[in-house]
Amino acid sequence: MNLSSGSLERAIPRPSAPIRLSRVATIIVFLLPATLAYLGLVLFPIVQGIYYSFFRWNGLGPAENFIGLDNYVRAFSDRVFLSALGHNLLIVALSLLLQLPLALGLALLVRSMVRGRTLFRTIFFLPFVLSEVITGVIWSFIYRPQGGLITWLFQQLAPNAQPPALLADPDTVLYALFVVITWKYFGYHMILYIAGLQNIPAELEEAAQIDGAGRWQVLRYVTIPLLGTTIRLTIYLSVLGAIQLFDLVWVMTGGGPVNASDTMATYLYKFGFQRFQLGYGSAVAVIMFLICFVFSLVYQRYALRRDFE
Amino acid sequence: MRIRHALRPLLLSVLLVLAACGQGTPAQTGQQNTQASPAAEPSPAAEPSPAAEGSPSALPSPVPTPTPGVATFGSGATKIVWWHISTVEDQRKRWEELANAYIQQHPDVTIEITVLENEAFKSKLATAMQSGNPPDIFQSWGGGVLKQYAEAGLVQDLTPALQQNGWGDSFVPGPLSLYTFDGKTYGVPWNAGMVGFWYNKELFQKAGIQQPPTTWSELLQTVQKLKDAGITPIALGEKDKWPGHFYWVYLAMRLGGKEAFDRAYTRQGSFADPPFVQAGERLKELIDLQPFQNGFLGASYGDHQVLMANAQAAMELMGHWAPSANRAVAQDVEAYNRSLGWFPFPTVEGGVGKLTDALGGGDGFAIGKNAPPAAIDFVRFLTSVENQTKLAEVGMAVPPAVKGAEAGIQDPIMKELAQRVAQATYYQLYYDQYLPPAVGQAVNDATQALFAGSMTPEQVAQAIEAAAAAELSR
Repeated sequence: MNLSSGSLERAIPRPSAPIRLSRVATIIVFLLPATLAYLGLVLFPIVQGIYYSFFRWNGLGPAENFIGLDNYVRAFSDRVFLSALGHNLLIVALSLLLQLPLALGLALLVRSMVRGRTLFRTIFFLPFVLSEVITGVIWSFIYRPQGGLITWLFQQLAPNAQPPALLADPDTVLYALFVVITWKYFGYHMILYIAGLQNIPAELEEAAQIDGAGRWQVLRYVTIPLLGTTIRLTIYLSVLGAIQLFDLVWVMTGGGPVNASDTMATYLYKFGFQRFQLGYGSAVAVIMFLICFVFSLVYQRYALRRDFE
Repeated sequence: MRIRHALRPLLLSVLLVLAACGQGTPAQTGQQNTQASPAAEPSPAAEPSPAAEGSPSALPSPVPTPTPGVATFGSGATKIVWWHISTVEDQRKRWEELANAYIQQHPDVTIEITVLENEAFKSKLATAMQSGNPPDIFQSWGGGVLKQYAEAGLVQDLTPALQQNGWGDSFVPGPLSLYTFDGKTYGVPWNAGMVGFWYNKELFQKAGIQQPPTTWSELLQTVQKLKDAGITPIALGEKDKWPGHFYWVYLAMRLGGKEAFDRAYTRQGSFADPPFVQAGERLKELIDLQPFQNGFLGASYGDHQVLMANAQAAMELMGHWAPSANRAVAQDVEAYNRSLGWFPFPTVEGGVGKLTDALGGGDGFAIGKNAPPAAIDFVRFLTSVENQTKLAEVGMAVPPAVKGAEAGIQDPIMKELAQRVAQATYYQLYYDQYLPPAVGQAVNDATQALFAGSMTPEQVAQAIEAAAAAELSR
């Protein structure tokens, strides 16, 4: 990650003679496959999506009904879309405030273990290995009001009360989903933190301790600052992941009840592929793309830049 | 940069995979819904992957991977590509037997069968359609989706073929009409059922209910009696939306009859007309009794099935596929069969609709625009009375859509359903299929909001009307 570790002393020898044409040809030939793949699979579809977003189009036959920015106006005047955007932002906030600190805490815990380090690291990482769909199905069973695990636990505590149906209640559904998201992804961030912690020389923390710093002070003034690169990276991944959240939500709630757990991606799917309004769906996709793109640019410019210089 | 949002084709393929594994969706649906669809025959756990090549007799032994695949029959010059969704092994074999029988008579034909799981099929078909390259023969439910394909010129007009040798007259008229738009027919049905109340006789007895209800107010009393007896009256998987939309649509049919819908559909009237608002008001009467299981708004149709199959709820409003779908998840199939009863959706006091007006739908086949004439001939063969009777005997074409095939039905309740479909005074396909997809989904969304209490009956009708006004007038 951290490429600024000292200097790349060995300067690359520069050709004294001008580059010959044959070398240019060689370079082009070697670059071609990757360039073509990138153009064909990334750039072209993006342009295509932007193009379709200006049409009223059902995805069948050519797009002919040009409507300018109407799809965008429609999206931003639709309460359901705006609430879906809000849900994405809520998941972003919860991820940064709860999920990443949890992952960091567990990473420190695992590091401090004398025994069982590998075992716990593996256990915490396991959920990340499961596919999103399987995860969604498993947790659907856990949340199920009829005989689900949560119902069972609730009945042990309050046998006569009606057990909660967390996924069926618009007020709790997002938080119930966030628990699953956290369960699934914290292990991934934890592994990144463990890797980052291994790069911190033990001498630095020991020196701080010898100078009389308490455990928290060491953490606050030595460990976390030195882990900065990794933390900035996990924030980046976490935000992008939360903005693009789709599969878990789709499997567990379908964006319901009554759009209470819709994300931009489930909204896109509903309109683009279920209602056959692909022009409008494309506009939503472009909006998502722009949010991610602008965030990436700004974040890379101001947060990640120093890590890569 | 790891963002590839506007990647429509890639996104589609990702979603396709996702949809394929997203919802447990068995084959043979009586309804096409973009969420988990109901199934007439849920996929068994063990199902062989079909032999990629060669005769169907050389099927591999069952392995627990329900992977649909491709099987080729014959070696003639004329190739027919056929996509169907009968993933259940027994049903898949029946189609293969028929394909085999056909190529014996027509050695010049090759039939390539691709079996797809329902949700995967829908995504794959949409992609094929968008690339302008539909399969020759494919599963269709008729209605708004097929109409969209017809308008884009992607499917063949079968009207001339149906006029030859009385092919068109061999079908039950109601089901055939689901594939007919503006006087032209773009597909043929091979089964056609109807939605009604499936109920548990033993639980009804336990609650002291002698007779199934015949009017809406009797239904409400029935619900109250069941509640008083400590029984969950109704199972509902409202996460999937379409199970709940049946209630609203049936009420609209009972209140306004065929006329109200036709007026709204042809835009002489509107979906905000009194019958549609009243449908919501009546439905609210039921919702206010809280007759559904705890957490029904988050329950899938799969959860709904489990409740019905194991006597944890007394009734469900569901299509003809319900019994076989429920048997697949029943812990005691005997008990389920013993207690199974059916009654039609009750009439509503003051409504102009009749008890014999039926909401239903079924499976059929449409023909892609590039298909050879042999494809039509093959479908004609598949829907012959002899073949349909055989399919009815094994519970596949049940209730049948071809006249005379009902002779093959074994199950008395299915016999009754077949009769009712054949004699329906008004046969209406589920709104979410009949209407253009954008309007159908609006019906589903709005009715879910009514169940959740976040919309009033007026708002529901207006939301549906808003979608209809935007789509139907064009």
